[in-house]
Order: sequence, then structure tokens, then C-alpha cells
Amino acid sequence: MDQFTINLLFVGASFALYIGIAIWARAGSTSEFYAAGRGVHPVTNGIATAADWMSAASFLSMAGLIAFTGYDNSAYLMGWTGGYVLLALLLAPYLRKFGKYTVSEFIGDRFYSSTARLVAVVCLIIASTTYVIGQMTGVGVAFGRFLEVDATTGLLIGAVIVFAYAVFGGMKGVTYTQVAQYVVLILAYTIPAIFISLQLTGNPIPALGLFGDTANGTPLLQTLDQIVTDLGFNQYTAHNGDTLNMVLFTLSLMIGTAGLPHVIMRFFTVPRVADARWSAGWALVFIALLYLTAPAVGAMARLNITQQFWPEGTAGAAVSLDTIENDPAYDWMATWEQTGMLAWNDLNGDGLIQYYNDGSPAMQEKAAAEGWVGNELTNFNNDILVLANPEIANLPSWVIGLVAAGGLAAALSTAAGLLLAISSAVSHDLMKGQFTPNISEKGELMSARVAMAVAIAVATWLGLNPPGFAAQTVALAFGLAASSIFPALMMGIFTKVNNKGAVAGMLTGLVVTLVYIFLHKGWFFVAGTNSFTDAEPLLGTIKSTSFGAVGALINFVVAFAVSSMTRPIPAEISELVESVRIPRGAGSATDH
Amino acid sequence: MADRQSSGEAYWKANLRIIIISLIIWFICSFGFGIMLRPMLSGIMIGGTDLGFWFAQQGSILVFLALIFFYAVRMNKLDKEFGVDEE
Repeated sequence: MDQFTINLLFVGASFALYIGIAIWARAGSTSEFYAAGRGVHPVTNGIATAADWMSAASFLSMAGLIAFTGYDNSAYLMGWTGGYVLLALLLAPYLRKFGKYTVSEFIGDRFYSSTARLVAVVCLIIASTTYVIGQMTGVGVAFGRFLEVDATTGLLIGAVIVFAYAVFGGMKGVTYTQVAQYVVLILAYTIPAIFISLQLTGNPIPALGLFGDTANGTPLLQTLDQIVTDLGFNQYTAHNGDTLNMVLFTLSLMIGTAGLPHVIMRFFTVPRVADARWSAGWALVFIALLYLTAPAVGAMARLNITQQFWPEGTAGAAVSLDTIENDPAYDWMATWEQTGMLAWNDLNGDGLIQYYNDGSPAMQEKAAAEGWVGNELTNFNNDILVLANPEIANLPSWVIGLVAAGGLAAALSTAAGLLLAISSAVSHDLMKGQFTPNISEKGELMSARVAMAVAIAVATWLGLNPPGFAAQTVALAFGLAASSIFPALMMGIFTKVNNKGAVAGMLTGLVVTLVYIFLHKGWFFVAGTNSFTDAEPLLGTIKSTSFGAVGALINFVVAFAVSSMTRPIPAEISELVESVRIPRGAGSATDH
Repeated sequence: MADRQSSGEAYWKANLRIIIISLIIWFICSFGFGIMLRPMLSGIMIGGTDLGFWFAQQGSILVFLALIFFYAVRMNKLDKEFGVDEE
């Protein structure tokens, strides 16, 4: 059986499983559609949250970004896990006590203002849509590879499947499907990592193998540092970037995590306040299984790739075109070439492919002496690394099929969760809450599905020319959530900021961050309309992906200032804040 | 009534204290050891690199996990002490 058929088998089987579960647990009432009737166990909820949370950005993209940058991209690792501490300590228990379905309902009630609710809905829709764009990029990569078509065709096919899939059921269908997706996803991520860790370090646990020794007794990371610096790249373990930017980037990802509607919604679905605290912990346990492995995947893949291009070591000859075409160990290069995400070109016509950093002055000298005219690995899209990794390491074909299924599971589960958040924001908060309060249950479900279709169409269209690699686009979404939703939720629970303060804060935070992102990434992400680049940002060293933390600070400052100048909150809202802080009296769970 | 209110305040103060202590640890292990204080830890080697690299890539995640479970256990106890737990 060839690789294509095996991939199709694995992907097909996993899809059949998810769809089967979705049909089995189809949502009937609106309450089931949004929050699964609050009957979900904390561990189950933790697994579903983990699947919902770990998207194409975590699964496909993150290890690639770490691999090609090294230590500096640890921000992704800390940022996307550290946010759970904030969620568990600062938000989840109180939002569960409050006991409504959506984040914007909390903001609307707590700030006793339909304007606040409307602004929150707009923030949620903008952040979630940006997030879906990142997912669609990942979907394009995964479908492109396993159907052996270019990334654009892959993206269009993927969009149709994501839509069909998300429309099927609501949260309940999604909750149990996501448990299945988590299992597929985590196996797909760790099995190849275990194989590769064994090959390189002899340690079956990749997280430990990362700090282990290679066959000749030198530590893996030291070998990697040596080989990449020999080729003129930055030292892998060193801190090469700017410290302020790294701190702000990490912080943006953390508070963005705690401000994303599709994650917070999960904590509305546990039976009790105490369970909301546990749920955040369980979610992080299941997330950590992947996140502790990811840095190992990145480092080991970087080592394998570099060694494939320099089979005789960095002092010897580069790999020849002849080897790339005929040696089965290099078959992955031809398969990825058709997706348009990998390219090489023998610029100096010597029959060898030299892969090095042609921007480094030392390497330019060496290149002049050796007769090289530039880096001949002309394109290596970071997003392909995780999918290509098992092929590069020559793992059995069933492992490659499994990874294809895992990548799709990651992208699909998150896209579905986000589409659900967007559709409930539109149907529940906008239609029922604002414009047509008398809408029937059926009409509400219908408008939810229309909203999903619109969101996916917009995301697909923008996903064709994404503002960055999957994880970078997703990081922008986090910046938006960080600057708008997180501060409003925190102030709603921990302070007595009033309605006007919250609205002013959210609007300023969102607008300032959005403008900063658009200035660097192009207006509405249209390429070429940007005035600055992340290489030379507007404000010092602060890149557009790191600006969310600054936006959040602005949000807090504006909210406090406006609130102190306007009328304090009424007594009943003050009582609401007091009651949210105490677990007793949380609504009982609907039994299922 | 007044009694219930003051006990509610004490509960909230105790909660805030636990949150602040946890967040200080959260900050030191990620932003501190992982990023800003990394040069200070550069003397402690682990598997071909320094301790700061480990904190940035793995250590901080393990600390986050411990913090969340610590908080859940501690708060569930606190809920009972103050009689504000769910029946």
C-alpha cells in the first residue's frame, strides 16, 4: 500500500469516528447546543478543553517555529500554558458561579449595559475570526499534504469539511467528539516523537531526550548549537532576540488565553464551582503532554533536517541533487515540493544543495571561497515541519498516516469550537439579546448556523493570504482577546469598575491593538497595505504579536480613569459582584 | 446578616492572599527564571544548556500545573472553613 492510501485510511477512519460520535450525541435544545447541559465531568471537560485549545497552531506550527528560531520562541510554550494559571485563579470559578452561557452575557449583566454586551460580542467575533484564519492556514497545509495538492486547494477542501462538521452538533456533540480528537491528536504527536527521541538519544521520553546525550556522548542541544552556528545560524539555546519583546509576547499569549471565548465557555459546562478550578488543572495536564514534547520535537527535527542536508557534517560536502532524487530517505522532499511549501534550487550549478544562512557575514566569506552563491534551500515553510518530521526521520508509513489524522483533528476541533463561539455570540447575544428578543429556538439555531457559514467564508478568504505562519496568526488573535476581553472580565470580578469604564476600556484596548496589528500586517490583513514591519516595529522593539499586553494595560488604565470620573455602580450590581466571589449557591447542574 | 458579610469579606481576603502568592511564583518561574533572570542561572548546567533554558521550555509548565492544583485544593478547603462551599 502506498503512503497516499495509508494517509487516506487513517484520516478517513478518524473522521468516521468523530462524525459517528457527533450523530450519536446530537444537540436537541439550545441549552444543550451551547453548554452541554452543564453535565460534564471535570476530567472529561479537561480533555475536551485541551482538544479545543490545541489547534493547528500548537500541533502543526509551534514546533516548527521553535525549531527554526530556538530559545526565543519559548514564549509560545510559556504563554500558551501560563494562561491557564490566570484562568484557574482569576476567572473560571467566578464565571461558573455567575452561571450564564456566554462571556458577553457576563459582561452585559455585570456592567448593566447592553452596549457593554455589544462591545464584548464585537471583540469576541474579531478575535475568534482572526483565530480561525490561523486554523485555516493549518488546515490548508494538512489537507494539501495528505491529498497531495497545493495548499490553496487543500484550504478550500478543508473549509467545506470544517463547516459541515461544525454545523452538525453543538457543544455536546463537540464535547465527546473532542475527547476522541484529543486521543488521536496526542498519539499522533507523541508516537513519532518517541521514535525520533529513541533514534537520537536512546531515551523513550522525548521531553527527557531533549536534555539527553546523542550516540557519541555529546548532549543533544550542544550538538545542535554547534551544527547550526557552523552554518551561520543563531545559536539554538541562546537568547538572541529582544528581552522586552519576549516578555510582552509571553504575557500577551497568557492573558489572551484567559480571554478567549471558546476556552472560557468550557468552564460554564462543569457542574460546580469547585469543578471549574479542577477543570483548568485537568485541561493543563492534557495540554502539557503535548507542550512538554513540543520543544523536543522542534530541536530534534532541526538536527535531523540539518544533518540530512549535510550528511558528511558541516565541514564535508552538501547533499547532492542526485541523492535527493534517488535516495528513498529524501522522498519527503518531492512530496512536499508539490504543496508549494518546500523548494530548493541549485543556484551555482554544482549539483549540490547548500543549506546555510546567507545573511551571516562569516558565511558570506566562506561561500565566496567555496563558490556558493546563496542558500539553496530556497523555501522551507515552518508550518510543514511537524507533518514532515516523521518522513524526514524515515518512520514507518502508518506513523505518517497517524500524524496526518492528528494534524487534522487539531485544526478541526479548534475551528469547530471557535465557530461555535462565534455563532453563539451572533445568535444568542446579538439576535436574541439585542435585535430580535422574541426569536424562536429554531430561529436561534438557524441564525447560529448562518453565522458559522459567514465566519468560515471570511476566514477562508483571508486564509488564502495569511498574515503569517499558523501560530503567528493565532498569536494575533490572542493579542486581540488579551487587550479587550481579559481586562473586562478581571475588572468585573475583582473591582467595582462601572459600565462606562468597561465600555471605554474595551473599545480603546481593542481599537489600539487592532490598529497596531493592521499597521504591521496590512489593513484587514491585506498584504502590501502595511506601513511598518515586525522587523522594524513602530514602537521600539514591540512586534505586532506582542502588543496585546500593551493593549490590555491601556484598557485597564482607561477603564479605571473613566470609571472614577463617572457614577459608581448601583447597589444591586455591587451585590452581584459580592455573590460571584462566593461559591455557595451556584445553580445546580442539569442532569443527563 | 452582618456576621455573614464579615465572614464573606474574610473569605475573599484569604482568597486574594492565596492568589497573590501563587501569581508571584507564576511570574518568577516564567518571566523570571525563563527570561529575565536567565543570565543569573547560566552557571547551572543541565543537558548541554543552562537551567534558564529548561525553565523556559519545560520547567515553567510543570510549575503552572502544580500551582493550579495547589490552588484548587487550598480553595476547596477554604470554602469549607468559611462555610461557603456548595452543598
